[in-house]
Amino acid sequence: MITRFFAKAGHDALDKLDRIGRSALFLLQIIRYLPGLISRPMLTITQLHSVGVRTVIIIMVSGLFVGLVLGLLGYNILVRFGAEQSLGILIGLALVKEMGPVITALLFSGRAGSALTAEIGLMKATEQLSGLEMMAVNPIGRIFAPRFLAGVLALPLLAALFSGVGIAGGYFIGVGLLGVDVGSFWAQMQQQVDFREDVMNGVIKSIVFGFVATWIALFEGYDSVPTAEGVGRATTKSVVNASLAVLGLNFILTALMLGGE
Amino acid sequence: MSVSVLIKANWRCSCYSSTCHKYYALSTQAGLDGHSYNSMSTDKHTTDTPLIEIQGLSFSRGSRKIFDALDLTLMKGKVNAIMGPSGTGKTTLLKLIGAQLKPDDGRILYEGQDVHQLSQSRLYNLRKRMGMLFQTGALLTDLDVFNNVAYPLREHTGLNEEMIRSLVLMKLNAVGLRGAAQLMPAELSGGMARRVALARAIILDPEMIMYDEPFTGQDPISMGILVKLIRTMNEAMSLTSIVVSHDVRETASIADHIHIIANGKVIESGTPDVLDHSDSAWVRQFMDAQADGPVSFHYPAESFADELQVTSTELNA
Repeated sequence: MITRFFAKAGHDALDKLDRIGRSALFLLQIIRYLPGLISRPMLTITQLHSVGVRTVIIIMVSGLFVGLVLGLLGYNILVRFGAEQSLGILIGLALVKEMGPVITALLFSGRAGSALTAEIGLMKATEQLSGLEMMAVNPIGRIFAPRFLAGVLALPLLAALFSGVGIAGGYFIGVGLLGVDVGSFWAQMQQQVDFREDVMNGVIKSIVFGFVATWIALFEGYDSVPTAEGVGRATTKSVVNASLAVLGLNFILTALMLGGE
Repeated sequence: MSVSVLIKANWRCSCYSSTCHKYYALSTQAGLDGHSYNSMSTDKHTTDTPLIEIQGLSFSRGSRKIFDALDLTLMKGKVNAIMGPSGTGKTTLLKLIGAQLKPDDGRILYEGQDVHQLSQSRLYNLRKRMGMLFQTGALLTDLDVFNNVAYPLREHTGLNEEMIRSLVLMKLNAVGLRGAAQLMPAELSGGMARRVALARAIILDPEMIMYDEPFTGQDPISMGILVKLIRTMNEAMSLTSIVVSHDVRETASIADHIHIIANGKVIESGTPDVLDHSDSAWVRQFMDAQADGPVSFHYPAESFADELQVTSTELNA
């Protein structure tokens, strides 16, 4: 009984290691094909539309609601200390450094990541990837590399949009409804939110999240069992794994960035 | 009944540099009437030169051995059929020939070259000379019929749009689907999707086409069309065809050679005629579609009486 338990645990661990190894090799192959995309920009532009533009609405709506809540909550906490005029700083820092990159990455893996996994999984199940191979077209260069690059490029842009709309939402609540002074809202935000320290850290985070979320989404599709059930499972796994990876990495990156200050 | 076929010929054109591809389409009437096509083999195709030699091929999936030292020779210019029950690894064999899978042991020689020893660029060059028709058609779902067929040309040649259009329409005409050029794959029936995939498989004028279960799940009309197309293409384009199937009657009607595979080995090889008169119980069961024989009707299980916990006399009573 105990032996069997250890044998199973060992087997599962080896399986996991094997998968991690394969995903790393998969990523290396994609990176190898990235320079080739320069000569065919349309491949990446089409994918930017599909992973980026189609995610814009959900990002804007979510950004607006998050900004509205931040405005309400921030005002109610700050007003206790008589610091409600600093609402701009709170909203700016919270969105640019943390919530913008993280929530965008979570929404991205739910909307664009799951779509990528399902698309690739279906291409595998319907033998389209094999078909490309047999037509002497490498699917890594033709299918995966453009999608990967599009994901890495799209996420920082989406995160910036999220933060922008969120700040507008916070402004609407704070200045428009609760009477925070418009001058101090913007002036304090401009004074306290540092471009290099805060904004760039947010940009770095969103690039890292875009890299990881797209990599996981593509690999889950590539590694899916080529059946309807397999594709369904892969899609779920893609969202769960990407979300966990984003949250875990966010902690590590935040710790590193704060440690550097 | 007539079917348009394509005949490749040399034709100089002013586009695509001086070393342009030359194609010439000829819509011709091929005498195709519903019965056996084996007699259509012309003299030039009767030379027995092997195109693919499979030597000592072994392949396993997990602990399950699919091929065990399999030897097989596929002849140039012929319609070579590989038959066997479901799950014997027929599709796997095609993927091994196309070097999409690597064997555990043994080798596959394409005109003397070991396909698994080739570098990636040489393998891709070889694949341009092979066409493959997948069971599902494997059409790219985000492209319409025209662009699916044009895809290999766009990837591998620098032909201009006008030239691509002519070539694609010729090939679509050959499979009778020129009128469906603007449809999306989701709008096609299964049989039409396979014909489009066939047009795509021949767009680069390959030397060989592999058909993976071309007749499965087809209505009698689609099946008849596919049977005709496979044979006509083989003749008109001087192809070598490898047809993997378990549809005995249709395959036997067009094949020059049939190889029956079971339990990881070739059980018997020969012309359809030879196999029709074979004494092997195995071949008989397969060719005559008998429910029981060497391939047992029952999945291996303990005795029925034991499982019901009765004696065999009680069971029979």
